[in-house]
Amino acid sequence: MSKRTDSNIYTVLFALGMVIVVGSLLAFAAEGLKETITENKRIEKQQNILYAMGINENEGNSANFVSKDRVGEEFKNYIKDQLVIQNGEVKEDPVAYLIDIKKEKDLAKNEDYSRRLPLFIGEKDGKKFYIAPIRGKGLWDAIWAYVAMDENMVVQGAYFDHKGETPGLGANIKERFFMDDFIGENLMSNGTFKGITVSKSNGDPKNEDKTDNEVDAIAGSTITGDGVTAMIRSELKLYVPYFNNLNN
Amino acid sequence: MGLLSKKDSKLILDPLADNNPITIQVLGICSALAITAQLKASIVMSISVLFVLGVGNVVISLLRNIIPSKIRIIVQLTVVAALVIIVDLVLKAYAYELSKELSVFVGLIITNCIIMGRFEAFALGNGPWRSFLDGIGNAAGYAIILIIVGFFRELLGSGTLLGFPVLGDPIDKTGVYAIGYENNGFMLLSPMALIVVGLIIWVQRSRNKALIEDH
Repeated sequence: MSKRTDSNIYTVLFALGMVIVVGSLLAFAAEGLKETITENKRIEKQQNILYAMGINENEGNSANFVSKDRVGEEFKNYIKDQLVIQNGEVKEDPVAYLIDIKKEKDLAKNEDYSRRLPLFIGEKDGKKFYIAPIRGKGLWDAIWAYVAMDENMVVQGAYFDHKGETPGLGANIKERFFMDDFIGENLMSNGTFKGITVSKSNGDPKNEDKTDNEVDAIAGSTITGDGVTAMIRSELKLYVPYFNNLNN
Repeated sequence: MGLLSKKDSKLILDPLADNNPITIQVLGICSALAITAQLKASIVMSISVLFVLGVGNVVISLLRNIIPSKIRIIVQLTVVAALVIIVDLVLKAYAYELSKELSVFVGLIITNCIIMGRFEAFALGNGPWRSFLDGIGNAAGYAIILIIVGFFRELLGSGTLLGFPVLGDPIDKTGVYAIGYENNGFMLLSPMALIVVGLIIWVQRSRNKALIEDH
């Protein structure tokens, strides 16, 4: 004797019911929590930008952001200007940090569109920081970073993050031992833009040579490291004209 | 285990050793290889699976009499995927930092064979309480292996444990590095996880001959 649950009608109805229940449950959860999640992401962007320019609560070897409740205020204190560079024109935009880099990169695939490039100018102890958000590809998914530079494109600080790199390997790009290596590295070499290469063979594990345009790679994460190299090279290059203007 | 009957406590204790999901049933190997380069990642993954398997087994067990057998695998997959996504959304809203830590694991939890395996082999045929115990037991069995593998891979591969340098500084040549010890970079790559799991299987079977299969 076949069971009631074996009939085709029952199976189809069950599948339909399940889709409706699960679908609406997920839609309800996503919609209900959307605002809080967007707000969390906005706060995180501010924390990332401040982190890159050295406003953080780092202890020992761990990377810690400015706390959530203070970040809004600190962001106002330290970030003096938010610029958008488009087609060589520089405009001020008080919410430039909300520009979605992924969307801009997608739009820029169309040759008629000139990408909007956000740049944040921070000031700490009388020193100016130029912070650029960049985005690229790791091994599994997107990687991105906020790079703080001085007016000569020497890196002053960086915050890297990723969507789905391998824990313990590629995911280590957001660890201090990797990020801190970038501090002091020059993106330029003899007046031309060279970027910074994540190198497996630079023979400089302590990263004492700051003029070689290289930092030491992480063992076991070659592709993520190459992604970082490519991201820095292609994305920060776009800012070179701005820095050239700045110095002339 | 005074709280549980002998039969119930077997549900928890068996998967820890003689019916371990990884070393005996050889399930969940993919994630055991992927994320055990660090002890911390192993622990995070273990806790996530413990939660999902415990709750998922109860849900499937409650639904077991109304799930059409023809599409039961799809139903199981839907339940676990929905569960994981909802948890992820809630974490993103109320524990953002933790959710960032877990983001990579979400996909790995859904595809973990142990979860589908326990739904299929146990929860579909047993009540919610026993299914819950079975879920916890199997997740704990999974956790033990993950933590052992993570421990050795991080210790021998990076010379650290939970991020703390326990063997000294490989660059400044302090601690054991002073006498010429080197980290084994190969430990960080997935094949070594397979070899470590293989060694655990070997040790386990040589201690308990009953586990050796004849062919």
